Amino acid sequence: MSQSKFSYEAKGAVLVIHLPKELDHHNCLDLKYETDLLLAENYVSRIVFDFSNTEFMDSSGIGVLLNRYKQMAGSGGSVAIYGVGAQVHRILNVGGLARLMPCFETKEAALAVSCAV
Amino acid sequence: MDCIEKENPQKKEERKPDTDRIRLEIGSLSKNEEFARVVIAVFMSRMNPTLEEIDDVKTAVSEAVTNAVIHGYRQHPGTIYIEAAITGQELTIIVTDHGTGIGDLKKAMEPMYTSDNSGERSGMGFSFMEAFMDQLEVESQIGKGTTVRMKKRIGG
Repeated sequence: MSQSKFSYEAKGAVLVIHLPKELDHHNCLDLKYETDLLLAENYVSRIVFDFSNTEFMDSSGIGVLLNRYKQMAGSGGSVAIYGVGAQVHRILNVGGLARLMPCFETKEAALAVSCAV
Repeated sequence: MDCIEKENPQKKEERKPDTDRIRLEIGSLSKNEEFARVVIAVFMSRMNPTLEEIDDVKTAVSEAVTNAVIHGYRQHPGTIYIEAAITGQELTIIVTDHGTGIGDLKKAMEPMYTSDNSGERSGMGFSFMEAFMDQLEVESQIGKGTTVRMKKRIGG
């Protein structure tokens, strides 16, 4: 089993997911299994995706983001993202996700908002 | 100093640009998706593309190759054929698989449609190829496979 491409950080009921450099089909393969496990074992009301190391994303990335969004929306939670670069920004816009998930400059901003909610 | 440029009558009529091409065969493995888009990015760099143009092409290649891995060969072993050609300012990319083929191409190309039921696929692969390239043509036959042809003008 290869090492996970994602790292996870829990901040109260907020789960921060640090994404890999390339968010494509190959690198997304473990994400569903791992987050399902984390969501089953912990109370999570908000997922914050960290894109600060991500240089490339394609529609596979949109797929996993959308699925996490649906999961969170289904339980009254929310999803936010931060650290988005130029390529990812375009993909989020073309994929229509920019209006579903608030996008923050920094982790602090993404977390600050989640505390206020 | 006398340096008036004279028109050289010997000069040949400007030729049509030659086509520069590469052909790549890769195993149908998810880890080759990145390899394929990086090779194409390096190949097209001789066209002096902008970063945005490189990203657009990388995304489109990634979508086509991912489709071949997931849908064409259904995660089974197979070979994906990628051809890229540069003619003047035009980049052509052809991605072919000899996999299952697409039954209803019109439906497959609808935004948000996916035959995958894991819930993890966005169904936006073809939409992204269309959005990021100038031209997209898809040919598919059940049991024979799928060919995706994409073109993009680089540098205006």
